[in-house]
Formats: sequence, structure tokens, C-alpha cells
Amino acid sequence: MISANLSAVFYLISGILFILALRGLSSPDTSRQGNYLGIAGMIIAIVVTFLSVENFSTSLIYVIIFLMIGGAIGAFIAFKIPMTAMPELVAGFHSLVGLAAVFVAIAAYLNPEAFNLGVTGNIKLASLIEMSIGAAVGAITFSGSIIAFLKLRGIMSGSPIIFTGQHFLNLALGVTIFFLIFYLCKSQFDSIFWALIVISFLVGILLIIPIGGADMPVVISMLNSYSGWAAAGIGFTLENTALIITGALVGSSGAILSYIMCKAMNRSFLSVILGGFGADNSSDSAKEKADQKPVKSGNAEDAAFLMKNASSVIIVPGYGMAVAQAQHALREMVDKLKKNDIKVTYAIHPVAGRMPGHMNVLLAEANVPYDEVFELEDINNDFANSDVAFVIGANDVTNPVAKTDPKSPIFGMPVLDVEKCKSVLFVKRSLSPGYAGIDNELFYKDNTLMLFADAKKMTEDIVKNLD
Amino acid sequence: MEIDPFIFRLSIFILSIFIGYYVVWSVTPSLHTPLMSVTNAISSVIIVGAIVAALANSSENIFNSSSTFGFFAIILAAINIFGGFLVTQRMLQMYKKKNKK
Repeated sequence: MISANLSAVFYLISGILFILALRGLSSPDTSRQGNYLGIAGMIIAIVVTFLSVENFSTSLIYVIIFLMIGGAIGAFIAFKIPMTAMPELVAGFHSLVGLAAVFVAIAAYLNPEAFNLGVTGNIKLASLIEMSIGAAVGAITFSGSIIAFLKLRGIMSGSPIIFTGQHFLNLALGVTIFFLIFYLCKSQFDSIFWALIVISFLVGILLIIPIGGADMPVVISMLNSYSGWAAAGIGFTLENTALIITGALVGSSGAILSYIMCKAMNRSFLSVILGGFGADNSSDSAKEKADQKPVKSGNAEDAAFLMKNASSVIIVPGYGMAVAQAQHALREMVDKLKKNDIKVTYAIHPVAGRMPGHMNVLLAEANVPYDEVFELEDINNDFANSDVAFVIGANDVTNPVAKTDPKSPIFGMPVLDVEKCKSVLFVKRSLSPGYAGIDNELFYKDNTLMLFADAKKMTEDIVKNLD
Repeated sequence: MEIDPFIFRLSIFILSIFIGYYVVWSVTPSLHTPLMSVTNAISSVIIVGAIVAALANSSENIFNSSSTFGFFAIILAAINIFGGFLVTQRMLQMYKKKNKK
């Protein structure tokens, strides 16, 4: 048993260790050490909580058992999950944080004495506000992440679900939440507390269903942020420094990632949240154009020949590479090219894939050294001096229309200057437009060779032809 | 006049947002996925609340309504803590430099 003051100091220490854990991620070299600091912080927080409990009852055994059950499930998932499933795993984990926040808030509401928040039916006003905010944000995080998970997993269609009056309904529900919190503070009726949680679950669902598949990087970051704010809300209720610090860190981290993702798509956060982008693929004019314009298509042999005679190649991976799981074949191809003294680098657009850093993880999994992988602004000038750009599974992030056509919905979005390369190899299954429903002008350029095939199969064929 | 302890907590909260802002901007973009999984893991420090809730009961009645929610929250948070840190570790192990095999 330790005093409240001492445990507060330890919670502060664990909060600092969490800050250092994030700090470690500034470079891959320090990141592993950072992760250990994070684990240390977590162990300190949990041990201190056990030590500060006043009377040990038999329930302690149950706590440890439940902890072990959860831990075993978590460890199992962490070791079994394939790297390509990382976006849905993160979404799933967010939902658990959200639900845990809701459960802790409910526990605190039902038994406020345990947390020194007053007595049932007469909870301190400030605590009541804090826990309702924590519960509401937690519930939104939970149901929103479940929808994101279903969409990423492909169980639910990635296309936006839109109906009339959607924004009005969301607004009405949002206002309702505020009123419920207000009345809860006045009356402390249990039914209002439950209604608050149910409506928040509903808001979470409604908030995510209109958002389409390629906006997922923003959604995941946003839910990441929400899970942090929910934790912070609970932290205020429990008067726990570690939880407040962590909540603030996670909350701002998610918010920054959302900002970076929105900027990379040249879209405002609000327009992503309101959703519906890419819903109408009715750009008939684009389709007509596609029919008229000639396209040069080639096979693996042509591609292998082009690359063999190049002196520098830039690889542009996108979501299609993740879907086809082509990263290992791609690495093999690059190894062969390097043996022929060809310089190979990778160019990654911030929103390539379904979550921030998605492509980097997949390339790392395929043993691509991270110092060969470059971000958009670091490599964009190199396209003009390179011989071949190998676009595999990316589409909208290479579309020159974003620079030339002010009428295009993606106008102003920073794109990779792939067309400046001497020749472009574009691996794609068909000529269909990308997620944004916009025809890619790159397909019809003279220096573009389309390789119509599954990304993995095509890459493997190229590898064979490189021998 | 005495300052309400809430104000101190609010100060910690706001200062932490600033710390988070600067720390996260310094995270290299290639590690954004591990960043998300590790923030996931650390936000599960909410488990401390779950433990308090689960232990706040009499020995005769281990699973009352409040502590049951606490126990459930322990499982959820524990999945996240172990899963989050381990999967982050797994990812970070993969980030290697050139010519180091």
C-alpha cells in the first residue's frame, strides 16, 4: 500500500515514459528502445494501481486472471496478424479502447464511491460532466471504429452510404448529446446516462458510413484521436495523471495525422467528415475520353527489357500492391535490378494505402531497407532525372490532372511527378478510374506503357524475364 | 483563495497536448503506422480505471454491476496493451538499414 501522493508521482513517471516512447519514433534506430520505454511506463502504471488498492480481496485473483486472458488474446493477435491487415487491426484496437472507456465510465457511474466521486445519485458535478464526455466520446470511437474495421476488412462495402437529411440527423443527434449531458447533471437519472451512451453509439456509426474507402487514412487517424480524448475524459474523472497525459498525447497525435492526411489529399477535414467523396462515379465524359484515346499496353517482357536498360528506376507503390500482396515479389525484382547496377528507390505518397505509413510497413516487411524509401517531397524532383517509374497499385496519387485541370475534384492535391520520367510502367488490372472516379491522364501519355495484370503476377513475370 | 485541483489537471492536460504536438511532428512519416499502434497501446492505460472499478467491491460479492464492467474493461484494455505493444515491436523489428542482414 502506498500513499496517494506517491502513486501520483509514479503515474507522472509513466506519463513521461509514454512521451519518450513517442519521441523514439522520430527515427527507426531509436524506435525499438522507445517501445520498451512505453512498455515500462505501462508496467509502472499497472503495478502502482495494484499497490494503491487498500484492501486486497479475492477479487484481485480475478483481476489477474482477466488481465492474463486479455493479454493472451492480444499477444495471439499481434503474432498472427499479417502485415497487410494492419489497417483493420488498428481500427479494431481503437474500438476496444473506446469500449473500455465506456465501461470504465459506466463502472464509475454505478459505483462513484470507489473513485471518490461522491455517492450514487449525488455524484460531483465536475466528475459527472467528465465521465459523460468520456463515455460519449468512447462510444463514438467504439461504433465508428467497428464500421471502419468492417469497411477495411471488406465485410462492408467501402463505398460511401449516403441518404438525404444525413447531416441534419447527425447535427440533431449531436445537439441531443449535449442536452442529455446537461439534464444528466441536473437530475442524475440513470436512464439519461444510458440514453447518452446509446445515442453516442449511433452517432459513431452515422459518422463513418458516409466516408469512402480511400478516405480511410483520415478516418483511422481521426478515430485514433477520439480514443485519446475519451481516455483523457476518463483520466479527469479518475484524477489520474498518467491517463490525462496519455489521452492528450494520443488525442493530438491522431489530430496531427488527420491533418497530414487531409493536406496530402488537398481536402478540408470537414469535407472528409461530411463524406460522400467518390460516391458518384458518373463522370461519363471521362469514360468517353477513355474509349477514344489510344493506350499503349505491354507485357512482362517489354517491362523487363525497359528496366534492364535503365540506369535508375523509381518504384511507386499504392493500395493495389497491398491488395495483391506483391511486396515480396517486388523486392525480388528490385534485387535483380540492383545486381545489374541499376539504382532503385521507392517513392511513397502520404495517402498511399489505407492508413498513414501503410506502404512503409509493407516494404519493411519485404526487407526493403528504410533508407531506400522516400517521401513525396524528398523524391519528387528525381522523377525528371530517372529512366523508369514503376507504378504498382497506385493511381490517383500519380494523376497529372491534379496539377493541370482546375475543374478536377483532385485539383491541387500534391501528386508524384511520375510523368516526368523517361518512361512509365503502370501495373493495373484494367483502365478503370481510381477511387476518386477520375480518369488518369497518365494512361494515355506517349511514354506510358500499361501492364494489365494482377500486381503480384506481373511482378513475378518480370522477375522471370529479368534473368 | 485556494485553486481547485481540477485546474492543475487541466494545466497538465493542456501542456501535454503541446508536448504531443511537438513530439508527433518529429515522428518520421515512415513510422506513422507504428505510431498509431503504439498510441493505441498507451491509451489503454485506461486499464488503471478498470482495475480500481473491479477491485471496488466486497469479498462476498465479487461481481456486482459496477465491478463486472470493470472486469470487462480489463479484458479489452489488456488485449490492447499486449496486442498494441507486441505488434509495434514486430513492425519496428522489420525496419532495417541497408547492408545489414
